[in-house]
Amino acid sequence: MLTISPALRDKIVSHARADHPDEACGVIAGPAGRDRPERFIPMLNAQRSPTFYEFDSMELLRVWREMDDRDEEPVVIYHSHTATEAYPSRTDISYANEPGAHYVVVSTRDPGQTEFRSFRIADGNVTEEDVRFAADAGGPALE
Amino acid sequence: MAIEVRIPTILRTYTGGAKSVEGSGATLADLIGDLDARYGGLRDRLQDESGLRRFVNVYLNDEDVRFLGGLETPVKDGDTVTVLPAVAGGAPGR
Repeated sequence: MLTISPALRDKIVSHARADHPDEACGVIAGPAGRDRPERFIPMLNAQRSPTFYEFDSMELLRVWREMDDRDEEPVVIYHSHTATEAYPSRTDISYANEPGAHYVVVSTRDPGQTEFRSFRIADGNVTEEDVRFAADAGGPALE
Repeated sequence: MAIEVRIPTILRTYTGGAKSVEGSGATLADLIGDLDARYGGLRDRLQDESGLRRFVNVYLNDEDVRFLGGLETPVKDGDTVTVLPAVAGGAPGR
């Protein structure tokens, strides 16, 4: 199960809406081993595409080093689908390289409603998990 | 002195769990060969017939080796090489 604060959920959704119709992507870092998403890090989609995302390679290096220095890990890796459901595609599965992360997929295909779902992806297998929104789950306060 | 190579979580199964290992070589290709001799299978995760794998990023110090010389990039003692898998994906139907 992913436990995440409503404020962080809103930040992900806002980022996805802002970049629509291109896919948005980013990370929420948290202290290593705590499974607690706290620090919101929106990333550039180097592909700027409605059907593909890829973290910019130099930003990836900078952010991963920063997490290492702060003894954090990528607790959540999120991206948006802008015309299809919030479920990992074959591409998402084949490039998923953080077996410990919660992969959050949001869909912005419906302007009025954002699907928000979370998955574990390891060894090519996808498992959907429950998402619990809890104000005390860490990160910034609700704005 | 040697070249420090930082290994991402997903590839630490090849290095016995080590976050960083040391190697040597005159080019990145040599260095990967040297590592593969001790951590068998690592090379296949980093490169294919055409060169470095598309969705693996390799950095020499602060530079992406794609903007240097790829596998032919010269390396030397004291350098740090960082390997990070790309974080990528996309919608169905591509």
